[in-house]
Amino acid sequence: MDTSVSAYNENTHVESDQALPITISGLTKRYGSLYALNSVDLEIRSGEFLTLLGPSGSGKTTLLMAIAGFNRPDSGSIRFGDSEMILMPPHQRNVGMVFQSYALFPHMSVAQNIAFPLKLRGVKAAERLSRVNEALETVQLSGLGDRTIDQLSGGQRQRVALARAFVFRPRILLMDEPLSALDKKLRERMQIELKQLHRQLGVTTVYVTHDQREALTMSDRIAVINDGLLMQVDTPEIIYNQPVNAFVADFIGESAMLPLTHTTNGILEFGGQEIVQTPVSGTDRTWSMVIRPERLEIADKQAVPNESLIVFDGVVRESVFQGESAFVLLELSDGTELSLRAGGGTDSRAQRLQPGEQIKISMQRHDVIVIPAGQE
Amino acid sequence: MSWWQSPASDTQVTHGGRLWLYILAIIIMLLLVIPTFIVIPMSFSDSQYLEFPPSTWSMRWYHEYFGSNKWMRATWTSLRIGVLTMLVATPVGTMAAYALYVSGHRAARLIFMYMLTPMIVPVILIAIGVFYFYGRVKLNNSIAGLVLAHTALAIPLVMIIITAALRSYDLNQERVARSLGATRLKAFFVITLPQIKFSVITAALLSFLTSFDEVIVSIFVSGGKTATLTKHMFSALRDYIDPTIAAISTIMVLISTVLLLLVQLAGSRDK
Amino acid sequence: MMVAKSENAVATSSAHTSGASAPGDRSGHELHAKELKQQQRREQWSLLSLALPGALIVFFVIVIPVSWLFFLSFLGSDGEPTLQHYRKMIEYKSYARTFSTTFQVSLFTTLICIAIGYPLAYFLAQLPARWAGIFMLAVLLPFWTSLLVRTYAWLVLLQRKGILNDFAMQIGLWDSPVKLVHNMTGTLIGMAHIMLPFLVLPLYSAMRKIERDLMHAASNLGASPARAFWHIYMPLSISGMVAGSLIVFILCLGFYVTPAVLGGGKVIMVSTQITAILENQFNWGAASALGVVLLIATLLLLFVAARVFKFDAALFGKG
Repeated sequence: MDTSVSAYNENTHVESDQALPITISGLTKRYGSLYALNSVDLEIRSGEFLTLLGPSGSGKTTLLMAIAGFNRPDSGSIRFGDSEMILMPPHQRNVGMVFQSYALFPHMSVAQNIAFPLKLRGVKAAERLSRVNEALETVQLSGLGDRTIDQLSGGQRQRVALARAFVFRPRILLMDEPLSALDKKLRERMQIELKQLHRQLGVTTVYVTHDQREALTMSDRIAVINDGLLMQVDTPEIIYNQPVNAFVADFIGESAMLPLTHTTNGILEFGGQEIVQTPVSGTDRTWSMVIRPERLEIADKQAVPNESLIVFDGVVRESVFQGESAFVLLELSDGTELSLRAGGGTDSRAQRLQPGEQIKISMQRHDVIVIPAGQE
Repeated sequence: MSWWQSPASDTQVTHGGRLWLYILAIIIMLLLVIPTFIVIPMSFSDSQYLEFPPSTWSMRWYHEYFGSNKWMRATWTSLRIGVLTMLVATPVGTMAAYALYVSGHRAARLIFMYMLTPMIVPVILIAIGVFYFYGRVKLNNSIAGLVLAHTALAIPLVMIIITAALRSYDLNQERVARSLGATRLKAFFVITLPQIKFSVITAALLSFLTSFDEVIVSIFVSGGKTATLTKHMFSALRDYIDPTIAAISTIMVLISTVLLLLVQLAGSRDK
Repeated sequence: MMVAKSENAVATSSAHTSGASAPGDRSGHELHAKELKQQQRREQWSLLSLALPGALIVFFVIVIPVSWLFFLSFLGSDGEPTLQHYRKMIEYKSYARTFSTTFQVSLFTTLICIAIGYPLAYFLAQLPARWAGIFMLAVLLPFWTSLLVRTYAWLVLLQRKGILNDFAMQIGLWDSPVKLVHNMTGTLIGMAHIMLPFLVLPLYSAMRKIERDLMHAASNLGASPARAFWHIYMPLSISGMVAGSLIVFILCLGFYVTPAVLGGGKVIMVSTQITAILENQFNWGAASALGVVLLIATLLLLFVAARVFKFDAALFGKG
């Protein structure tokens, strides 16, 4: 099931001979009474970079392994293009796969590793050589074909695993937390490189991670998954700016949740301040407001709410200088904790704040996000 | 600061203060090793009796051994049974270990336990049981019967060694190979097997030794023309002491030493 | 407005969260369930069938013979069902002596192994890994050598005119040759030598797992070396020691060759008595019953071991 309106532009990814769409429907996998996948429906478009994002044990890896054929679901359907794949053994699915541990073959050289899928497909020696070299070039490892695996650095291993996964031109590429073993700097560089590679290959890519920042950086779309259920599937911008429930809001980015109360005239308010119109679908349920730290601003002492601005009174608990920004921990009058992030250069006021100081903070009315209260 | 006064442990005991432990450990190790090697000088003695050190040296007992029909036939029988046991137990045990490790089936653990029973049941019980049963199915005094019994004794060893090897191996490699287009069988032979091969060799050598050194089942089940080396040695030891045994023992110690060193080398390669 | 958009998304999500049962599009709900189950079962069976040849061999060599003996142990010489073989074990003095000898030999062998094996394992565990590997050969080499050869070697070493007597008389420990073999002493010496690796190997690996930092911390906190050893190291190594001791004890219970040769007919263990009954009386019922008792004792001990430790650890070693 695809989620609603999206800023995603369908036209950039026409189905081509390089990529296949994946259609997953009713996919269910149970371990005892626990659902690892609970009737998952997901449409992965041809050529897109889709990230499965969720905490450990959420079912994201189970889903990926089901697509690869290593985890047999209890029921459901997985189609690549028009062909049903659910009963197909892994070696006939023709998907490239990169594991978290890379799983390179240590008894083979770099070139032999990459040539392995070609050999299995009966590609002639001469062509094999040229395609291996081509793949090595793509991952910027030209000339390292004769190395053994233990002579490679972590980043190089990652690239070899990648080259091995796409050298046979699969139309689907699966990756299971491929960057988690790398240090932070290298990881950030590889994120960009992977993104570029994806653009170059044009292959449908399903990427698993528990790192929300990585997901936001790399994906065309993100599927947030928890307890075997898809929470929200959408572009990074929408996932971040319009989370559909408390889980998504909490899991992605920093956020605080303020409980809202109904007023008689169909408006939700917080601390006596009108926030938004109650959504039509939910007059009978409770709502919360999601507040992102970077959307808050320190306001003038005399600031008052108006049609474009919401204003809170708060007490500073802690103010921390973090280099490119400053981070302020506040307590609202009702005891709710809020945090505020201010760009260091633009808002120097934030750096001068003392604990205990009374301040006013404001946010734009159009940045308000309301979600059903509580985790469902 | 000399080595003598340098700290030896994490509690600041010096090597000097530890001397008693070193001396004690070396005495214990000598006590472990000497009885294994003492047979070597013994075998070159010229005396009828077990004297040490030998007063005169000779190759007499080696001539005796290599010239004796009885000993030669027994040696060949043992070698044949050992090699056959190795050839059966290694693939059979490896297959079982792999299947049970990979399957993840609820029954796998139980089956594994069951396959270890030859190691748990006292060998004397296996020996007389097999003797009785073989009597019914006419397998006593047969090579096939002994190979079968020895294979059962070797299977738990093979399974323990192979399972340990699989535990330290990343099974995702096999998965990757399959996603790249290899069937499960191909993935096993091309990817998994080359990486656990030294453990497989170790398991093979140990199954050979298990059979070659096995005494109790052989005493009961082998006989006549298929009597094993150990059967003859045992009766020679219990009833009268024939110094030829020193010569045979020397050869056996050499075989074990060579095999052990091979395995140690293989072990360091597998890591 | 953003709010309106997110409202749309909420609607979709509530379809998910409220049990994923929107009517109409549930046709694919149990899709392929039957085929998947079939495939799963087929794969499991084809995997398990790889274990079949081994399982059959074990069945043929262990299950059938041992069950048959179990059956025989309840048959009298006339072929009628009887409990006489078990009754005799309680009534006859000779059986009680055998059981007590077996127990004593096993217990003393285990104790000797602990006394000798603990310092040795400690020494090895304190060495750098490379040196430990080399010194470990001293433990492994006897382990790999035929126990007949080692039993024979002890026969030579311990005899009246053997090296040990010569040496002891030279340094004046005793004046005339002492009988060291064909009795309990010889049996215990030989058994301890053969069993020692079974204790040292698990003990060594348990000691290797003890974090060096712990001892460091203890001494930093002011514990004397001896105190640190008794209060930290000893308790942490005890699981390896108990596991090793259990293996030794269990193996001793059923041991045959060494007591038969070094005991010289004077140390009658259960296993030696079983063969004696077969050789002298050809009484399969009595021999089987004794074997069954031995098996049950072994299984009981293993059951206790499994309760106390992880089973796998207790089973490691060469039978």
